Amino acid sequence: MKPRTQRMIGFFAFAVLVVFVAVLPSFVSDFKAREYSYVGIYLVALLGLNILTGYTGQISLGHGAFMAIGGYTTAILMAGNEQFGGSVSGGVKDLWTLPVAGLVAGLVGLAFGLPALRLSGLYLALATFAVAVAMPSTVKRFEHFTGGGTGIQLFGTDQLTGSTSNVHVLGRSFTPNDWMYYLAWSIALVLFAVAWLILRGRTGRAFRAVRDSETAAVSSGVSLARYKTLAFGISAAYAGVAGGLFAIASAFVNPDTFPVALSIYLLVGIVVGGLGGLAGLVFGAIFIAFLPLWAQGQDLGSLLPNRIVEETQKPGGPAIVYGVVLILLMFVLPNGVGGLFRKIGQLVSGRRYSRSE
Amino acid sequence: MVLAAFSDFMQQVVSGLASGGVYALLALALVIIHRSTGVINFAQGELATLSTYIAWTLTVNHGWSYWPAFVATLLVSFVGGVGLHRIVIRPVERGNVLRIVIVTIGLLVAVNGFVVWKWGGEPQQLQSPFGTSTYDIGGVVIAANDIGTIAVALGIVVLLWGLFQFTKVGLALRAAAVNPEEARLVGVRVTWMLALGWGLAALLGAVAGMLTAPTVGLDPNMMAAVLIYAFAAAVLGGIDSPLGAVVGGLTVGVLLNLLSYLSQYDAVSWFTEELRLPAALLIILVVLLIRPQGIFGRAEVKRV
Repeated sequence: MKPRTQRMIGFFAFAVLVVFVAVLPSFVSDFKAREYSYVGIYLVALLGLNILTGYTGQISLGHGAFMAIGGYTTAILMAGNEQFGGSVSGGVKDLWTLPVAGLVAGLVGLAFGLPALRLSGLYLALATFAVAVAMPSTVKRFEHFTGGGTGIQLFGTDQLTGSTSNVHVLGRSFTPNDWMYYLAWSIALVLFAVAWLILRGRTGRAFRAVRDSETAAVSSGVSLARYKTLAFGISAAYAGVAGGLFAIASAFVNPDTFPVALSIYLLVGIVVGGLGGLAGLVFGAIFIAFLPLWAQGQDLGSLLPNRIVEETQKPGGPAIVYGVVLILLMFVLPNGVGGLFRKIGQLVSGRRYSRSE
Repeated sequence: MVLAAFSDFMQQVVSGLASGGVYALLALALVIIHRSTGVINFAQGELATLSTYIAWTLTVNHGWSYWPAFVATLLVSFVGGVGLHRIVIRPVERGNVLRIVIVTIGLLVAVNGFVVWKWGGEPQQLQSPFGTSTYDIGGVVIAANDIGTIAVALGIVVLLWGLFQFTKVGLALRAAAVNPEEARLVGVRVTWMLALGWGLAALLGAVAGMLTAPTVGLDPNMMAAVLIYAFAAAVLGGIDSPLGAVVGGLTVGVLLNLLSYLSQYDAVSWFTEELRLPAALLIILVVLLIRPQGIFGRAEVKRV
C-alpha cells in the first residue's frame, strides 16, 4: 500500500470512529453510557503512555501516579482542601480544572524526566514502579493537602456538572451519564488527533529514533535529553487529563482510586492495543475497561461457558486473566491488536515487508 | 534516662537487622537473576507470597509441622522457579527489555490473582517457628523471632555463598552469568544454569516470605512493600553484587527502623510510617543518580 492510501484509510477509520462514538448513546442504556465513558478516559491515558513507551521506548510502570496527580489537582480545585486544613478554597467548575490537571501532571512529568534521563531500560521500569507503589502512602502522609485516606468527595458539589440534574448544552439536554460520556470522548478524540499530529512529524521521528537506537539518534543530531524529557512531559500531561476525567467520572478521589494495579492495567492496555500504534489503543482501552465485567459473565462474557464464569467471577479471577493475556501476547502477538491489523493489511495488499513504522 | 534511650535504640537496630535480613534475601534473589539473565524479576515478591501460602496451607490445612513444611515449600519453590524460567522466561529472554519486563509484570499480576482466587484476600496467620518469647541482654529486650530471622537469613546467605564459591555447580553458575558464550564452549549447559538461577531465586524468595509472614501477617499483598525495599537494597548495594545485596538489605532495614524510632524527636517528627515506601523510592532514585553501580557494583563501561 502506498503511504497515501494508508493515510486515506486512516482518516476514514477515524471518521467512522467519530460517528460511531457520537451515535452510540442512542442505542445503549443510559447506565451503559457511563461505562463507555471510562473507555474514553482510559484511551486518553493509553495515548499518553504509548507516546512514552511505545514510541520513545521509555518504560513507565508508574503512569497511575501521574493520573493520581491529575485526579487530585481536579478534585482539590473543585472542592478545595480547606476542610482538612489546606489553603486552596476550590470552587472551579470541573471542565476548567482539566487543563490545569494536564499542566500540573505534565510539569511533574518533565521534572521526573530529568533524573529519568540517566536511567534506561530496566532501571527506569524499576524507578517508575517504585513511584507507583509509593504514591498511595505519600497521598496519605500529606493529609492536610489531599484529605488523606478518606479522600475528597465531589458528588453533589456545585462544581460537578450534571451532579443531580440534566445538563443543557447548545439547546440539547443530556442525562448526567450521557454528558460524562460525551465529555470524556470528545476530549479523547481531540487528544487522539493531537497525538497523531505530534507523532507524524519531526518530533515523532525523533521519538522513534531514540527508541530504535540511542546511539544512532545522537549521531543524527537528535538531542536525547530534549526528546526524552519532552516525551515524559507530554505523556504525563495526557495521564493528568485522564486522571482529572477519572476523578470527575467517579465524583470522588482517595488513595485507592489510583492503586499500583492501575499503572499495570495501563501497561496491559498499550500491550493489547499495540506498542507504537494509535488506532489499536481503542481496543486496549475497551479491554481494560471491560475485562472485569466480562469476567462476571456480562456482555461478551455471556458467551463464555458457565463453568469458566463461575471461576473468573471469584475475586482474583480477572487478575489471572490480565496476567496470562499479558504473557501470551508477548509470545504470540507482540505488536498487539494494532499490529495484527497492520499484518492483515500487508497480507491483503500482498506486501509482506512494508516500511517499518 | 540516657541508658533507656540507648537500649530502645539498640532494640530498633536489632529488629531493623531482622527485617533487613528479609530484604537482603529478596534482594539477593533479584541480584542472582539480574546477574545471570540481565532481567529484573518484578514478580519476585508475588512468587514469595505464593510460596508462603503453600507453607501456610501445609501447616494449617494439612497438619504438617513447621520445619517439614518449610523444607517442602523450599523444594516446591525451587522446582517452580526452574519451571518458570523454562516455560515463561526463556522464549522472550533474547527479546528487548520491554518484552521481558512485561512478561514478569504479567507474572506478578497472574500470581497475585491466583493467590486471591485460591485462598481469598483475608489476612491469615502463619506462626513464627521461634515463638513469641523475648530475651533481655544487658537491658536490651530482643524478640526471639528477630534473632531467629537474622540467623536463618545469614545461614542461607552463607550456604549460598558456599554453593557459589566451592562447588562445581556454583562455578558453572558463575561462568554462565559472566560469559555465557565461553561457558558454553567449555561445556557448561548455560540455559540450565540460568534456570537453576531462577530456582535459587524462587527459593530465596520463599524463605523471605516465610520469615515476613509471622510479623506482618500473611495476605496476598504482603510482599509488595518488601519488594520495593529489596529493590532499594539491591540498587544500594549494586544490582550485580551479592555482597552488596546483603549489606544493602541490612542497611535499608536498619535505616528505616531508625527513622521510625527517631520520629519521636522533634527534628525527625516529619517522618511517619507512611513515608517508609517513599523513603525507599528516594534511596533508589538518589543511588541511581549519584552512583548507578551502587556501593559494591562495578561501573559499566558502555561503548558508544
